[in-house]
Amino acid sequence: MSQASASAPQALRNAVIRLAGHSQDGIQSIGAFLAQLAGSTAQDVMTYMTIPSTISGGPSIFQVHLGSGKVLHPGDEADTLVAFYQDSYDNHLHSLRDGGICFYDSDHVTELKEERDIIHIGIPFTSASIEAIGGSAKDRGKNIFVLGTLCAVYKLDREKLVQIISRKFGKKSEDVLRNALLAFDAGFAWQVHDINHMPFAPGENEEQNRISTDGNTMLTLGLIAGGCRYGAGYPITPWSSIMETLRSELPKYGGMFIQAEDELAAVALAIGASYSGHLAITGSSGPGLSLKSEAIGYATMAELPLVVVNIQRGGPSTGMPTSVEQSDLMQAIYGSHGDSPRVVLAPRDVEDCFYTAIEACRIAREYSTPVIILSDQAIATRIEAFPEPDLEKHWIEPMLDLSTCPADCKPYPLDAITRHAPPGCPSPDGRYPVVTGLEHDEWGHPSGNPVMHEKMTAKRREKLVKLANSLPAPDFFGDEQGDLLFVGWGSTFGPIKEATERLQDAGHRVGSLHLRHIHPLRNGLADIFHRYTHVLVPEMNDCGIYGFGQLASLLRSVTCNPNIQSLNKVQGLTFRVKEIEDAALQLLR
Amino acid sequence: MSETAPPAKKLTKKELKADHPTWCPACGDFAVLASFFNVVGNLGIPHEKIVCVAGIGCSSRFPYFVNAHGIHFIHGRALPLATGISLSRPDLHVFVFGGDGDGYSIGGNHLTHAARKNINLSYVIMDNFVYGLTKNQTSPTTPIGRRSKTDPRGAIDRPINPMAQLVSSGATFIARTHAAQVKHMNEMFERAILHPGFAVVETLSECTMFYPGAFDAGNPRKGGTFDLVDESSRDMESTAAAMELAEEEFPGKFGVFYETKRPTKNELEWAWIEDARSKTPDLSERDLMRKRFAGMR
Repeated sequence: MSQASASAPQALRNAVIRLAGHSQDGIQSIGAFLAQLAGSTAQDVMTYMTIPSTISGGPSIFQVHLGSGKVLHPGDEADTLVAFYQDSYDNHLHSLRDGGICFYDSDHVTELKEERDIIHIGIPFTSASIEAIGGSAKDRGKNIFVLGTLCAVYKLDREKLVQIISRKFGKKSEDVLRNALLAFDAGFAWQVHDINHMPFAPGENEEQNRISTDGNTMLTLGLIAGGCRYGAGYPITPWSSIMETLRSELPKYGGMFIQAEDELAAVALAIGASYSGHLAITGSSGPGLSLKSEAIGYATMAELPLVVVNIQRGGPSTGMPTSVEQSDLMQAIYGSHGDSPRVVLAPRDVEDCFYTAIEACRIAREYSTPVIILSDQAIATRIEAFPEPDLEKHWIEPMLDLSTCPADCKPYPLDAITRHAPPGCPSPDGRYPVVTGLEHDEWGHPSGNPVMHEKMTAKRREKLVKLANSLPAPDFFGDEQGDLLFVGWGSTFGPIKEATERLQDAGHRVGSLHLRHIHPLRNGLADIFHRYTHVLVPEMNDCGIYGFGQLASLLRSVTCNPNIQSLNKVQGLTFRVKEIEDAALQLLR
Repeated sequence: MSETAPPAKKLTKKELKADHPTWCPACGDFAVLASFFNVVGNLGIPHEKIVCVAGIGCSSRFPYFVNAHGIHFIHGRALPLATGISLSRPDLHVFVFGGDGDGYSIGGNHLTHAARKNINLSYVIMDNFVYGLTKNQTSPTTPIGRRSKTDPRGAIDRPINPMAQLVSSGATFIARTHAAQVKHMNEMFERAILHPGFAVVETLSECTMFYPGAFDAGNPRKGGTFDLVDESSRDMESTAAAMELAEEEFPGKFGVFYETKRPTKNELEWAWIEDARSKTPDLSERDLMRKRFAGMR
C-alpha cells in the first residue's frame, strides 16, 4: 500500500483529476460540475479536454486541476485517473504521477501489472449505477456515480454539488434529476476501502461572486458588453459555440446574429452591418480566417470597424480541428493582399477573453479598423473560475449615430481617423459619400494617383502607430532583469508563469512578459529584452525554416535582438510547465 | 420596399446624379442608370435612406455615379454585404447593382441564399453575356460557341439560366427586361422597388465594346422581337409557369416571371428580437448579463 493510505488524512492544496472515457460518456459534465463547484467554494480551477474530431464516440479526456490557491495550468501529471474503458486505462495510466490513484470501471477494465507505485481501485461504475437507478437505464448516470465517488474521496462540498446537479438536471425533467441524484448518492456511498479520504483545503479566493465558465462563453459575453449587436458566421470547430451563443443571446439585447452561407458571406454581412453604423463581429477558425482575408483587407482599405474572432486550431488546411495550436499569428497580422495593417489581440486565459473582446470592440470603433482576436482551442474549451466582471466599469453602449454629416464631408481625411457617416445620415449640402475598396482621395473618389496611394497607405499605417503609442505596458512578472526573460502570448500564460515561479524558486533571475497586443506591438520592448541574457519565446507553432516560431520571428525583426530564442511545440497539446522549465534550464546551464 | 416609407419630396436627376460614368460610349448601363434616377426620384424615397451597393465589374461602378450613400465592395459579395445592411437597418432602401460575372459566377452562391432567405432588397443585374471590365473573357451567361479571350475556339460550357435559378432558389419577385426598352425597364424597376422582399430584375445591357449586338434578337429596332409576359392570363405565383418562361429560347419573354409574398427574413428576425426583448421588459441590458453571470456561480 502506498503512502496515501498509510499517512493520516492531510488537507490537499492541489489535485489533478483526469477523466478518460469516450465522448458521450458524460465525462465533460463531471469535469464541468467539479469546475463549477470549485468556483463556488472559492477554490481555483483550470480544466483541459480533448475531443475526437469524429461525429460520435472516440476517446476523449477531461482533466480538472483544483487548487486552494491560484491555478495556472491544467496540470502536468494527474493525481487521480478515472478510466472508463480498457483503452482509456491503457492510454492514460502513464499520465498518473507515481503514487497516484487509478479508479477504473471493473465492468470493462482488466488491471495490468504496473511496476510503478500506483493505487488501483476497481469499481463497477456501469453495473453499480444501473443498479442504483434501476432497470433499463443502461450506461446512463455512471458519470454522476463517479462524481459521487470523487466527492466522497476528496471530501468536497456535497451539498453544493447536489445543488449544482439539481440546477442542471432540474431543467430537463423530474425523472432525469431523480436518476442523477440516485446515481450520485450510490457513488458517494460506495465504500472505497484501500485509501484514506483526502480532504481538500478550503479555497483561498475571497472575492465575492466568482463565476466559472469556458473561454468561448466569456469571449461572447465580452463582445456583447463591448457593444457588438450584429454579426454573422459559419460553423467551424472550435469557433462554432461562439456563433451559437450569439445567435441565441443577441436578440435579447436587441441585436441579431446570422448564420451565413459561407465564410465570405459571413464577413461581408458583418461589414455591411458595420457600414450601416453598428459595430459588427464575425469569426471563425483557421481555414475560415483564410477565406475571410480578402474582405478583412477591404475593411482596412475602406476603414470600417470590424471585430474578427479566430479560435486557432491545428493547421494547415483542415489540420487537427479539435486540437490546440498558435500557428495563425502570421495569418492574422499579414493575411491579406497589399499593405493592409490591422490590429491583432490575444487573450491569455478565460477571464481575459472577456476583457480582450471589449478592448477589441473599443479599438475597432475608435480607429475604424478591423481587429482580430486570436484565441485558441485550449482557452476556448477549458473552464476556469474568476471574479464576475464589473459591468458598471467595463460596459460599452452600442452606437448608431445618424446625426447629419457635415457639409463637404470628407470620409477619408488624411489628417484624422476616419469616421464614416452611415446611411440614413442626412447631408446638409446634398452630397453623399461612397465607401470603397478602391484607392481613393479624401472624398472617397477612386484615385490612381501615385502620391495619393502613398499618402493613404501611410494614413492606414499611422493609425496603428498611434495605437501603439497609447498601449499600456504588457503583463509582467518576475525579475526585472537577469538571466532569462520569457515572452509569451495567448493561452501559454499559465504554464509560463508557473515555470517562471519555479525557476525563481530555484535561484534563477527570470522574468516573464505576456503580450496581449500582438499587432501593433507596444513600444519599448527592445529595451526590456536587453536587460536579460536570454529571451525565450514559448509558442505552440513550428520553428519554421529559419528556426524561429511566429512571434519569435516577429520580435526578432522588430527588436533586432539576436538573443531571442524559440521554444516550439506542435503536438496539438498545450505546454506542460516542465517542458518550459527544462528548455529554460538548458539555456541557463 | 421599406417597411416604413414616409412619403418625401421627389428627387430630381440633378440631385441624384454624381460623377460622370466611366462606362464606354453607348454602354447599356447608361440607360439603366437613367432609369434608376427616374424611378427612384419619382417614388419619393428620402434621399438619405437610399443605399447603393455593388461588387466588382463595369456595372458595379454604379454607386459612384449615384449621389446617395453607397458602398463599393469586393468581387461577388455585394449581396451578403447588402444583407448585412438590410437586416441591421430596416429603415433603409437597399439597392444592389452588378453584372453577370459578379452575380452569377463568383457570387452565384449568394444569389441562391439571398433569394431563399427573402432578404428585403432590390437587385439589378446588368447582364451583358461577357466580362467587360477585364476585357472580354467568357461569362456564365456567354452562349455556347461565342469566342472570347478565354474561349478562343468558342465557349463550350452550357450557360446558366438565371431566371430558372432564381425561381428554384425562392426569389419572391423575378423580372426580366432589356436596357433598350426604357419604358419597360422603368416599370420593372418600380415594381421591384415596391416589392417587399427579394426582388431581382435581370436586365440585358449590351457591352458595345466586347459583345455588340448580343441582344439584338430582343430589340425590335434591330430586327428582333420584344414579347411581353401576359400577366392577365397567368398565375404569377406558379413556379411551374415561371419555369416554363425561363426555359424559352432566347430572347424569350420580358416582364415579371414570378411574384409572390412570403415573410422576409428581415420581418422574421425583427419579430424574434421583439419577442426576446418582451420577455425581460424590466431588465436593462447590463442586468440581463448579470443574470447570465449569476447562472455561472
